[in-house]
Amino acid sequence: MQSKMKESDPILEVKNLSASTDNLPILKGVSLTVYPGEIHAIMGRNGCGKSTLSKIIAGHPSYNITNGDIKFLGENINSLEPEERSQSGIFLGFQYPIEIPGVSNLEFLRVSTNARRKFLNKEELDTFDFEELVKEKLEIVKMDHAFLSRSVNQGFSGGEKKRNEILQMALLEPKIAILDETDSGLDIDALRIVASGIKKISNAQTGIILITHYQRLLDEIKPNYVHVMSNGQIIKTGESDLALELEEKGYEWTDNFIKET
Amino acid sequence: MVNENLVKDVVKEPYKYGFVTDIETEKIEKGLNEDIIKLISQKKEEPKFLLDFRLKAFKKWQKMKEPDWAELGYKKIDYQDIIYYSAPKQKEKISSLDEVDPKLLETFDKLGIPLTEQKKLTNVAVDAVFDSVSIATTFREELAEHGVIFCSISEAVKNHADLIEKYLGTVVPASDNYFAALNSAVFSDGSFVYIPKGVSCPMDLSSYFRINSGDSGQFERTLIIAEESSSVSYLEGCTAPMFDTNTLHAAVVELIALDDASIKYSTVQNWYAGDEEGIGGIFNFVTKRGKCLGKRSKISWSQVETGSAITWKYPSCLLLGEESVGEFYSVALTNNLQQADTGTKMIHIGPKTKSTIVSKGISAGNSKNSYRGLVKMGTKATGSRNYSQCDSMLIGDQASANTFPYIKSQQPNSEIEHEASTCRISEDQLFYLQSRGIEFEEAVSMMVSGFCRDVFNQLPMEFAAEADKLLALKLEGSVG
Repeated sequence: MQSKMKESDPILEVKNLSASTDNLPILKGVSLTVYPGEIHAIMGRNGCGKSTLSKIIAGHPSYNITNGDIKFLGENINSLEPEERSQSGIFLGFQYPIEIPGVSNLEFLRVSTNARRKFLNKEELDTFDFEELVKEKLEIVKMDHAFLSRSVNQGFSGGEKKRNEILQMALLEPKIAILDETDSGLDIDALRIVASGIKKISNAQTGIILITHYQRLLDEIKPNYVHVMSNGQIIKTGESDLALELEEKGYEWTDNFIKET
Repeated sequence: MVNENLVKDVVKEPYKYGFVTDIETEKIEKGLNEDIIKLISQKKEEPKFLLDFRLKAFKKWQKMKEPDWAELGYKKIDYQDIIYYSAPKQKEKISSLDEVDPKLLETFDKLGIPLTEQKKLTNVAVDAVFDSVSIATTFREELAEHGVIFCSISEAVKNHADLIEKYLGTVVPASDNYFAALNSAVFSDGSFVYIPKGVSCPMDLSSYFRINSGDSGQFERTLIIAEESSSVSYLEGCTAPMFDTNTLHAAVVELIALDDASIKYSTVQNWYAGDEEGIGGIFNFVTKRGKCLGKRSKISWSQVETGSAITWKYPSCLLLGEESVGEFYSVALTNNLQQADTGTKMIHIGPKTKSTIVSKGISAGNSKNSYRGLVKMGTKATGSRNYSQCDSMLIGDQASANTFPYIKSQQPNSEIEHEASTCRISEDQLFYLQSRGIEFEEAVSMMVSGFCRDVFNQLPMEFAAEADKLLALKLEGSVG
């Protein structure tokens, strides 16, 4: 499936990945390769392992990798801390962004951005320079400056939280962004803002994995590949029309693939 | 859970100030009796009224019982096994800093409190107290130009006896409590501040208390008087060496604010807390109280309590003057086997008085952290108001937090509001910050600072930065 992008190396390679939490297997041999400029969509029922896959790639401590590898830019990252993964360019957009009371959003964004910049050997930004940068990025998600003085995600509406995630993505300029149900809980207008934000941030060098239940996000951002997950495995991979077919026929249709494989 | 252990590792606390200064000291023999008290008074060349004050206090203390109502457990203190006076040997009369033992100056240098003319802090006047005596006070002349008196209490006894006689023990009477009575009997040194009418003190004043000797107690006494329409911001810091025995520290602080005067008293307490097994550390039994005597006077306490094996401390306000204001902002961090029982008393006596209490307790390790506070509305306190907020944060699953708010109202025309909450640093919050490139330790300390934000905002600028650093330091360690 990667035949089109032969000339460059993959950003992310997940090879035969199995993982468990509390001795309960969640992923059962997932393989996925993302090349620069590609957009992948992962769909599937609740509990199929989509979110778990994203958390494991980001390094969540609650999951144990029991088999397989995650390679990022050719390096095995199985044992890296979550912060090291972020600094090196992996971004996870949370399905439910976490509230951090008392920590100002501005300061959080600055510390986070500087951690990435330090990794890239770029100069760290002081408060004033960072203000300039963030002002520019706020445009992308059409967020008001007032968001910055509030505590991280505290008292934000669902849509505001998701836009704050995309703002972080814009600041961190990741090599790969995994967006876990970024579209859920958004109204049509907010969805458009978020989708156009994602498009603006991504380019021919970045990879994107969209985890979603719905076609409507994929109408805005057309994926190169669609993967269907079930019971901890990718059971079918196709191009963007697979999502349409899935929307039409429902997940019951995919149950047949399991029997086939 | 895996992460709980990680958090525990992170809060391991390196103590930077645990060194001992090797210096010749003059100590009196162990034990407490009338002769010892007479000896202390004689050494300090005190007037008779003060010796009488001490002896009366001692008589009262002998009849009192050590309080046991606090949520604290410790082995009984043997009051006869303590040295009540210990002072570094130096020349009889010191006229300038040049005559101070370089070892002492070096000690304060190491603590980040340089005292010499070349190096001294430019915006803060410092009174440095080493064991039982005050070593030096900076900027005295500059302050004197404004009529501000800032000196050790021993000097004040000699040079401003009238003020001492008039105010000493009027806020915290000797009979107030067991530890206040003990302090009144044996107090050795401390700071004295007098701000004359209409003067707003041109710089922050600060006392730095250093315990050096392992077997002597420290009993300092601080008295601050702000005359009509005056104001002052006072800072207090404390550290002690690491000994495997417990050292008793029983201080008394009295503040008096007259009409339209305001006193801001900030503390960063970082006495040695004992090791991970709870061996050693300071027993900190302190009585701090302010009297808002005048109309529209204001007393504001802010404290960051991170040290001591045991902390027993309730900085309080007596709100007598009409429309007077009392404030208490507190952060108390306990770790390992530390125990803290701290809070405040806001006693509303005059009409239209106002008080605010914001308390943030952070408990890590196997520590115990209690907030204990009293808000009382007297019969004449019409139209008075109180707002209290007490939040606790637990780190790990072995630490405990308690809140004991006492409310007594004899005045139906007053308002009392109390809010309380308990939270825990969750794995999800940590993962969220980490997944944004923020290191685990920094993530923990960011959340702790965030939790304390309301209190840090009340601290003087340099102090706020220091407090933030101190908390981060306490939370420093290897991520396992």
